[in-house]
Amino acid sequence: MSLIQISNLAVQFSQHKVLKNIDLTFEEGSVTAIVGPSGSGKTTLLRTLNLLQSPSEGTVTVAGITVDAKHISKADVHKIRSQSTMVFQQFNLFKNLTALENVMSPLIYNKLAGFDEAKAIALKVLSDFGLESIADQYPVTLSGGQSQRVSIARAIVAKPKVVLFDEPTSALDPEMVSDVLTTIAQLAQQHITMVIVTHEIEFARQIANNAIFVENGEVIAQGPANKILSTKGTGRIADFVNSLENRVISTPQQTNTSEVVTPRFRLLQSGAN
Amino acid sequence: MTFSWTYFIGLFPQLIKYIPLSLFMAVVAMLIAVIVGGLLTLVQLYAAKPFQLLVKLYVSFFRGVPTLVLLFIVYYGLPEISPTFKGISALTAAIAGLGVKQSAYLIEIFRAGITSVDEGQIEAGETLNFSFTRIFLSIILPQAALNALPATGNTFVSLLKETSLAFTLGVTEIFADGKLLASASLRFFEVYVAVGLIYWVMIIIYTWAQKYVEDLLSKPYRRVVANVVDSDQQSSSAI
Ligand SMILES: Nc1ncnc2c1ncn2[C@@H]1O[C@H](COP(=O)(O)OP(=O)(O)OP(=O)(O)O)[C@@H](O)[C@H]1O
Ligand SMILES: [Mg+2]
Repeated sequence: MSLIQISNLAVQFSQHKVLKNIDLTFEEGSVTAIVGPSGSGKTTLLRTLNLLQSPSEGTVTVAGITVDAKHISKADVHKIRSQSTMVFQQFNLFKNLTALENVMSPLIYNKLAGFDEAKAIALKVLSDFGLESIADQYPVTLSGGQSQRVSIARAIVAKPKVVLFDEPTSALDPEMVSDVLTTIAQLAQQHITMVIVTHEIEFARQIANNAIFVENGEVIAQGPANKILSTKGTGRIADFVNSLENRVISTPQQTNTSEVVTPRFRLLQSGAN
Repeated sequence: MTFSWTYFIGLFPQLIKYIPLSLFMAVVAMLIAVIVGGLLTLVQLYAAKPFQLLVKLYVSFFRGVPTLVLLFIVYYGLPEISPTFKGISALTAAIAGLGVKQSAYLIEIFRAGITSVDEGQIEAGETLNFSFTRIFLSIILPQAALNALPATGNTFVSLLKETSLAFTLGVTEIFADGKLLASASLRFFEVYVAVGLIYWVMIIIYTWAQKYVEDLLSKPYRRVVANVVDSDQQSSSAI
């Protein structure tokens, strides 16, 4: 059975149906990219997977726990969230806690570890991400890239099966993007099931197994990432993918006259050489 | 009559004896206000609609009634309608009246402090599977408290000044003592200026202390200013 299943899902805000007739499955350990135009419902879809948004029709199943739009049980929502965590575009680090305390918080507040153990685990994750030097800093003193990597550390510290990313790099200055993408690529190799809403099409092609194209609240296409995200085809999806590709090339740090194109991220290929 | 400096200066040792009483009234009234106001804020934000409306009514009433009238209601009025309040001391009545009134102002401030905590902070807590109580106590409350601190502190200034109204119930505090001294010496100007100065100095000291605490608590939320200044100087000297 798939790790995540959505069937006949719809989400409605007052009169407006933002998602309709969504049927999707996500396999354990897979990486799925969600792409689509602005306002198409990508964020809403991701939030619904974590029940931050309640569905108005249909069911969401994560790791064997099913939540039905007709009767959403709080306990089941908690069970799903214990297996799945979201990383936000705006990081949402707890402002009153240091980077380290932020990363410790899921362990401590969910009583998964005592203070000393939580601290050791959190420090380990921070140092895996190369962030040990900023452990005692408060979020306001961190750069966007550091903040997002701390928030990813916080999302994975309790070892959830699923991590959901909502445009994790679109609030970042261009020079910070590659650090965060590298961190996410690192996770892709750890058998964490990931669903990523992103406009970083090159990145998505490289780390995602599958891709989903969303438009007007509906899934228009799904399949292998290299096929869906290909620039070669014709039609709306290829046009959209091409428009993203062009957008990336025109980002500020690459408009200078220098011909050197810096890679947007580095895939860590441990043991591959 | 000319201004008598000797009389004026001689007033202070006598008047400052009452500072502790005024501070006591203000601090206890403030504690009551924080507790009552805090609980009612929770009711207004999270309880069922009818309870929310009751809190609204409470806020509207106690903000609308003049403090003096409120103190008279508590001290002279309540004992008439309920034996529980018979024999209530003037001091207790003054503190209770001021506390209740103050709580009505704090509810507005506390509510604004809580609702101005970024929604994203709450969602982060939710996605990490924290209980609502945990999110409230560990995330919302510390940030809301900091948001609300300046405005809350400012209402304490008004409260401290309003303790002078307790004299109308017969509590002998700074102002009442001043009145006694003035009617004995008939040097009203010296006495009331001295009384005014004492309040003023208390409030200057308090304001300074509040600023100190605010700076201390808001430290985590500030970027290190020194670095910014440094890099500014570097860039301007480079030009
Ligand atoms: N809380 C809400 N209340 C009402 N309408 C909403 C709400 N959240 C989203 N919408 C609407 O739902 C639609 C889909 O929004 P959503 O944020 O999911 O799009 P998106 O694909 O993530 O867009 P973007 O690429 O700009 O982030 C939009 O029309 C939006 O206005
Ligand atoms: Mg979005």
